[in-house]
Amino acid sequence: MSLDIAQIKGDFPMLARQINGKRLVYLDSAATAQKPAAVIEAVDNYYRNAYASVNRGAYQIAAEATDLVDGARSAVARFIGAPQVHEVIFTRNATEAMNLFAQSWGRANLSEGDVVVLTEMEHHANIVPWHMLREAIGIDIRWIPITTDGQLDLTDLDLLLDGAKVVSVTAMSNVLGTLNPIRRIADAAHAAGAVMIADASQYVPHLPTNVTELGVDAMIFTGHKMLGPTGVGALWGKTELLEAMPPFLGGGDMIMQVTKEGFTTNDLPHKFEAGTPAIAEIIGLGAAVEYLEGLGMEAVREHEVSLTAYALRTLNERFGDDITVHGPAEPAARGGVLSIAYKGVHPHDISQVLDQSNVCVRAGHHCAKPLMQVMGVNATARASLYVYNDEADVDALADALESADDIFGMEI
Amino acid sequence: MAGLEELYKEIILDHYRNPRNRGELPPPACKAEGFNPLCGDEIVVYLTIDDDEVIQEIAIGGQGCSISQSSASMMSAAVKGRTVTEARELTEQFKSMMSINEAPVGSSANEAEQIAAAKAAAGSADAGSIAGAAEKPDLSMGDLSALRGVVKFPVRIKCAVLSWNTLMEALASTEKCG
Repeated sequence: MSLDIAQIKGDFPMLARQINGKRLVYLDSAATAQKPAAVIEAVDNYYRNAYASVNRGAYQIAAEATDLVDGARSAVARFIGAPQVHEVIFTRNATEAMNLFAQSWGRANLSEGDVVVLTEMEHHANIVPWHMLREAIGIDIRWIPITTDGQLDLTDLDLLLDGAKVVSVTAMSNVLGTLNPIRRIADAAHAAGAVMIADASQYVPHLPTNVTELGVDAMIFTGHKMLGPTGVGALWGKTELLEAMPPFLGGGDMIMQVTKEGFTTNDLPHKFEAGTPAIAEIIGLGAAVEYLEGLGMEAVREHEVSLTAYALRTLNERFGDDITVHGPAEPAARGGVLSIAYKGVHPHDISQVLDQSNVCVRAGHHCAKPLMQVMGVNATARASLYVYNDEADVDALADALESADDIFGMEI
Repeated sequence: MAGLEELYKEIILDHYRNPRNRGELPPPACKAEGFNPLCGDEIVVYLTIDDDEVIQEIAIGGQGCSISQSSASMMSAAVKGRTVTEARELTEQFKSMMSINEAPVGSSANEAEQIAAAKAAAGSADAGSIAGAAEKPDLSMGDLSALRGVVKFPVRIKCAVLSWNTLMEALASTEKCG
């Protein structure tokens, strides 16, 4: 069943905003997604009608708030196919989730000379925590290279994985849109005796996700890219993995017992959720999950593949050799992330020109500087699609891009 | 919303297409690298200074957008042949034109308001009233005045200022590179 995009657009208050009498064309969902009214109302309802802290007070509204958070955790677990609800750990964002894993699992399981395998297309959130471990305990980092069309080059995968302790790979590139073969890498990692974690920040919002089918041991993602509020992300991990990990942050909620001599940790998921959580944001994330479930993730993916195909075709037809869209050419092999190089006009200047038409795209290195080096560029202009975008948005992008010629001419 | 013609003036595009003093200088020239961590732009400034503290040669390397590149080109043309003291003064004038007040934290309770006011003024038709730069007119600003319009696009101010900050770093390193 195909989605009614006009109706979906109507669910998002921000998309009704006009600037200088012209509509907003929001093409930066890979950075952060707009919010449907259902999410905004869920947050609002908590503050207005059920505001209290969670996991303690015996009074009714505290119990209601706790139920709302528990319900959100169940929804997120269901959404990613987690075998058990307590395997979903709420964090501040995906970055914090990866730091939690690297610091807790890494410090408990890695020592000098141990090998961590990443890829050249990782976001800084899946690079810097490992660099920090390298500085602290002297681990080695190996990099799975990429091909010229922005796919992982798995030719020497077994060699790269030989002796590795952990493999951490993005499920979908935030620059190239590439969908990586997580299952294949996970199977190879396990055969090599390594633990597999996926950065699914760009994947969970856009594709049906099942951690068991992906074959991973752990996975991170963030709420604000999947229609939820900022300030909440998640680490999912297999129960036995999480139970063997030492706590990350210490404080309230994560303890079972505290004495002057020491402490014991609480059960999952609380063991990794020290301090008062982002209650409103977690509740909002639960509402976002329910909104996406209402659309159906198969339908969301189907829409995005078709819109990505339209975008690739439109840009190619209208600009030919003047435009390069980085990453895989085949829409089914990628998500709706279109990193563009246009006639040598600098990405900053492209995004500035597009802004005149209220077309919102991101210019920069997208927190993937090692990838930029491999690609031989300093920056790209990135348009990214989501379920509320339609062909008119893509046309607006192409129209606005043409106006760059008026300023920068052909000779640059 | 300010029109793009306020930002992309012809003289700016000319410096972007035909950058002045582009290249590098071999050691022992002073060298400083400046990065804009948000967007990945980078500027390299090379310079030599004679015994009278005059900037003899300057060269600009790196990559960036039209604003950062043209500002770097204009900066190189503006400071070449000037003394270190003059270059520092020019930098302060330029930053002032960009609404950047470098007063220490707490020295001005209303600093944020002043910046907001300067930007509001920049948004009005009279671009000449920005941040006091026009009150002490200085012909030495020359082409640089074309960058005034950048203030109306606050996100781009850091692009315009990158090469000037890098110039300051290069000048600060002159004792080491002689």
